[in-house]
Amino acid sequence: MSTTKSPSNAVLRKEHPRLRRYKETIKYAKYVMFHPFDGFWDLVHEKRGSLAAAHTFVILFLVTYVLKLMYTSFQFITAPIQYINIYERWASLLLPFLILCIANWSLSTLFDGKGHFKDIYMAMAYALVPYIIIQLPLILLSNILAFDEGAFYNVLMSLSMIWCLFLAFVGLMEVHDYGPGKTLIFIVATIFGALVILFLLLVFFSLLSDAFGYFASLYREIVFRLS
Amino acid sequence: MKVKHITRLLALLAAVIILVPMTVAYAADDGFSSTYTYNYDYWGEVRESPDAYRVSQIIYSKDLGLEDSPLKAPRSLFVRDNDLYIVDYGNNRIVQLTLIGTKFEFVRIIDHVTVAADQIEAYKEQSDLLRDEGGAYFTDEEGCFYFKPLAGSSADRGPKALTPEGVTTFFNPTDVSVDPEGNIYVADNGNYRVILMDKDLNFKQIFTKPSDSTFDQNQAFLPNKIVVDTSGRVFVLANNINKGLVKFEADGVFTGFIGANQVTYDLWNYIWKTYFMTKEQRSQQAAFVPTEYQNVYIDHDGFIYATNIAFSEYDLLWDGAKPIRRLNAVGGDILIKNDRYPPIGDLDWVEGSNDHGPSKLYDITVLDNDMYMVIDHTRGRIFGYDPQGIMLWAFGMSGVSAEGAFNSAVSIEHIGKDLIVLDELDCSVTVFTPTEYGNLIYQASEEYLDGKYEKSAETWKKVLQLNANYNLAFIGIGRAEMRAENYKEAMDLFKMAHDRDNYGRAFRYYRKEWVEQNIWWVVVIILVLVAFFTVRKTIRKVKWEVEAYEHNKVAK
Repeated sequence: MSTTKSPSNAVLRKEHPRLRRYKETIKYAKYVMFHPFDGFWDLVHEKRGSLAAAHTFVILFLVTYVLKLMYTSFQFITAPIQYINIYERWASLLLPFLILCIANWSLSTLFDGKGHFKDIYMAMAYALVPYIIIQLPLILLSNILAFDEGAFYNVLMSLSMIWCLFLAFVGLMEVHDYGPGKTLIFIVATIFGALVILFLLLVFFSLLSDAFGYFASLYREIVFRLS
Repeated sequence: MKVKHITRLLALLAAVIILVPMTVAYAADDGFSSTYTYNYDYWGEVRESPDAYRVSQIIYSKDLGLEDSPLKAPRSLFVRDNDLYIVDYGNNRIVQLTLIGTKFEFVRIIDHVTVAADQIEAYKEQSDLLRDEGGAYFTDEEGCFYFKPLAGSSADRGPKALTPEGVTTFFNPTDVSVDPEGNIYVADNGNYRVILMDKDLNFKQIFTKPSDSTFDQNQAFLPNKIVVDTSGRVFVLANNINKGLVKFEADGVFTGFIGANQVTYDLWNYIWKTYFMTKEQRSQQAAFVPTEYQNVYIDHDGFIYATNIAFSEYDLLWDGAKPIRRLNAVGGDILIKNDRYPPIGDLDWVEGSNDHGPSKLYDITVLDNDMYMVIDHTRGRIFGYDPQGIMLWAFGMSGVSAEGAFNSAVSIEHIGKDLIVLDELDCSVTVFTPTEYGNLIYQASEEYLDGKYEKSAETWKKVLQLNANYNLAFIGIGRAEMRAENYKEAMDLFKMAHDRDNYGRAFRYYRKEWVEQNIWWVVVIILVLVAFFTVRKTIRKVKWEVEAYEHNKVAK
């Protein structure tokens, strides 16, 4: 009897291994939140996280954001619902997120950062979890608080933000195996990198439209000459 | 055939779509000259509203029988009871009108002060203080008491100060004030003095440049605007004095400055100036100095309101500029601002247009119900605010030669609820009378202040029928609902007006009521949930133990 091995619930319920892994990687976010140093290290180096879970967190983040705009009591949020375009708001959250990930990856690969792009994306997505965990109940809370009790709301709000930023910082540190100082420098560099990427994108699209215009006028000229 | 049908139908539809709104628009026009009244909603968007005021009359010089000597660059207005005083700057005189019924009648011209024989010595003595204004007073052979500019000064700035008959005149008067007894104070800018006379124009006193060391003795004393409180203290807004209002006691003794405008202090500018500029550059730049006020007004409670037009427009929206101030005894600003936007006039403006830039609030008048109206020189608009700093309305135009449009509006006053605006270039006085809509708003606010809450709510409902975008009406009705303990209704109304403070208050009561009514259900639901989870946990544990036992048995 001493060799008895307790089977997990999942084994007993005979779940599909991929679904099981997905569930486990989702649950792992809890560990990351409270033990960020260990958590982020194992997340990428011990393969305790998954891209599927990361996508889930990003999507949940976007959903939370919209729910927050729509259902937070007007006492605590100034959201001109009539002027808001959800897709625009989503784009303005997602694009910086991705561009910053790309910029960080591009720079850290040059300076012996250990993280792959996938790892960076995953770490950043896991860092969003406190936002989701705190802001969702906060929407409900905002509807049972009066205006002069707004301090509770604001404290929790700031807490979610600070937690996310802290997780992002630790995440980058662990993913690349950098020290805190180097991480800080790379965060600043990443922001500049993102600006460079934006500039290149602008130049690219403006050149593209110029090139398109050139061929269009060439075609028009030829048609005009031939007819 | 069929296609033709469809095109006809479409044409008809198009015609209906185009014509229907047109007919509606025409039906709404009742033939009165509109003053284009609007208000700002919570998001800072312009919402047109019914007219709160309409022009009831415009007074030109010819209407006053002044064809021979028409008004010339009038500067300021003053109202005492039913009398209206116009400061006729260009003609060195004050024109007094009086309101009889609904018409303004010409009363008299005030252009001189008679100094009685026994007052002449006092007059000379008080005037003597003016000696170092860049000139001197002295008596010539004919017996005229003169002001003579220093040799080399450009202009002949000295009119006859006192004739042998004992008459003195004004030179470029800029403001006038009259106390309840009828004593007249004139800011006699060109003569460097404020002169006080009784209602029969007999000289009483001169307020002049303080000899005190706190007053910069190199500066001339150029009184620009004056206000007088009930105990006869005179507050003078003087040109080139940036320490605030010059305060004189009733006996003419200078007792200091009050309400200095705060220094506009810009960190970046400071760093730039201190560390990056050479000494030569710095000396050519203006120092950080407080700016002068534009105008002052004293309300029925003795509070001084001041307007300010010297600020950077980026300071406006975060309320750093404070173009309207209510000064307390020590000169602090105690204006109440409970709206989302501070009282600054227009919230946005088109850059590059002819009359661009922020509102320049040239004058302010405070009604007896503590609502205040300011006149915007930039766009000739009048903005009304309630005592909480919430905009009541904005109306008026500039430039256009229509009734209620101004070329250069410089002064605003009120008699009762009528507003009187002076146009410096048109030399006209425009009188606005509140419409039914404007009167209802006044009435509702006053009823609320008198404690007639239900009546006030009824009036606000009438306002809402005329303008469904009026936030104050929602708040007014909401307050009455809250008093009637209809918290849910009150919440809905406050939400309409985006009034978080009142909403929060109503919500607290509503929440309390809700909890008191539903506490049993909540307890029951919580108990049921707890029971459910305990039972489920126990069942799962038992199930798991059984399965583990089976599993191990198989493994063996």
